[in-house]
Amino acid sequence: MHQSSLPGFRLSFGFTLVYLALIVLVPLSAILLHGVRDGLGPFLHAATSRRVVASYRITLGAAMVSAIFSAVFGMLVAWVLARYKFPGKRLVDAMVDLPFALPTAVAGISLTALYSQDGWLGRFLEPHGIHVVFTPLGIVIAMAFVGFPFVVRSVQPVLEDLDPAMEEAAVSLGAGLWQRFWRIIAPVVLPALMTGTAMAFARAAGEYGSVIFIAGNMPMKTEITSLLIVTKLEEYDYTGAAAIAGAMLALSLSIMLLVNLFQWRVQRSEGKRI
Amino acid sequence: MSVGHNLPTPSILRPSAKQKVGRGVLIVLALLFLAIFLVLPLVTVFVEAFSEGWKIYRNSIQQADVLFALRLTCLVTGIAVPLNVIFGIAASWAITRFDFHGKTLLITLIDIPLAVSPVVAGMMYVEVFGLHGWLGPWMLAHNLHVIFAIPGIVLATVFVTFPFVARELIPFMQAQGSDEEEAATALGANGWSIFWRVTLPNIKWALLYGIILTAARAIGEFGAVSVVSGHIRGQTTTLPLQVEIFYNEYNFTAAFAAASLLTLAALLTLVIKKVIEWSSVIHYRIEAEIIEP
Repeated sequence: MHQSSLPGFRLSFGFTLVYLALIVLVPLSAILLHGVRDGLGPFLHAATSRRVVASYRITLGAAMVSAIFSAVFGMLVAWVLARYKFPGKRLVDAMVDLPFALPTAVAGISLTALYSQDGWLGRFLEPHGIHVVFTPLGIVIAMAFVGFPFVVRSVQPVLEDLDPAMEEAAVSLGAGLWQRFWRIIAPVVLPALMTGTAMAFARAAGEYGSVIFIAGNMPMKTEITSLLIVTKLEEYDYTGAAAIAGAMLALSLSIMLLVNLFQWRVQRSEGKRI
Repeated sequence: MSVGHNLPTPSILRPSAKQKVGRGVLIVLALLFLAIFLVLPLVTVFVEAFSEGWKIYRNSIQQADVLFALRLTCLVTGIAVPLNVIFGIAASWAITRFDFHGKTLLITLIDIPLAVSPVVAGMMYVEVFGLHGWLGPWMLAHNLHVIFAIPGIVLATVFVTFPFVARELIPFMQAQGSDEEEAATALGANGWSIFWRVTLPNIKWALLYGIILTAARAIGEFGAVSVVSGHIRGQTTTLPLQVEIFYNEYNFTAAFAAASLLTLAALLTLVIKKVIEWSSVIHYRIEAEIIEP
């Protein structure tokens, strides 16, 4: 790009930086600096107490399972939407965005009603000994609800852009269905699938509204980390809340960094796409 | 059809009977999954909301608390959206029309709010403006209230919707290039008239798309707002918080009635989004875009 002759650089750049600093950077550093102010000892102690560590295990474990679930079903939905024609496809395609649009608290109470003992799904699951509400399984389902559209929306455009000529060439060379899938489609789709799954995981790990209603929030059993921050705040334990928030922040920023680095490398190796 | 096209169709374009069955199975599986996983929760909201009849539903949504919460949600959305529109336009103008060092870093920083958990977002503002926060004592001395008050709710909402407009505009304006604007400059137009007459008409659909994403999230935000609100009935409860209050009081019908209003708003934003997409003006992108300098 050559040097621009357009006006407005100082104004737009200056405003961008000031607004970014005020809304994002200064408040973000406030959490991290809390540790410096109170001393790292109490900060680390608060972030590693038994109840807090149990919440990490529950949150990350459920987020992991929900991400795998999202990857499988997100891939299925993306595949069907990108490759096949069927009546009502546009409506189905639009529906996939519902979890992005639906407020999390609404999703939370609705899923709880649906899977509770006399809910439409719960009444079939409970007799078989499958308890969803107030169990880790409920946490997984709520997390998957908000996570799986990330996988669909990452994978779908890649599948749609896939050049049919490549597959036709493979067929003419005698490749079977599975060979075609593993040799041609999978290598192209895999980076998008991994990105989408990582985003689903990150969203699940930080999720609050859709999870707290179905989780039951029993300490050590179904208490997620986000909720523990709120609990600490309600108990006026600011150091504890800031310490846990700092730990979550470190996790989400590292996932974001990894995804960005990964995409950057993929784009480099492809040598295209802007 | 010319003779050259009379070649046998490759098998990939003309699936065998076995492949057709495979297709059918996959389509049915996907639709079944979406029906159970997406449609049922959606339908449940309305079924529960109307479970005690239309009259109870109407009374539920006409309660003073609900009407107040609705007004507050509209107010907060009405402040957060214009702020982030101004930011989105400024950021995308600087990023797509000029060269400078650290552009990739700036784009990454703009994306941060997407990665931060909503509860952590709310917590950040408590750390700055709360009673025990950086500015807490000073704010107390000057009788200013951010946390447990409406300014905090606005800030939290601005944070969680921060990148949406910028993320739509940056790739769009990058792809469009600056030829038209440079031509206008060469013809002697000043900055603001270039923006109003050339840039804005070109980006209006992408901008509208960003506004819809921002509004949808602003209306429904729960976690971040929950931390800074203090849940003071009739003062700091937005509609999603009111849903939680009803639910925790075991007033399920009222909770779902309030939730149905939010669901209708969500469906409305979804329809507008899809209309913009289907007019194929822009395509939905979810993957983090990185524009190399």
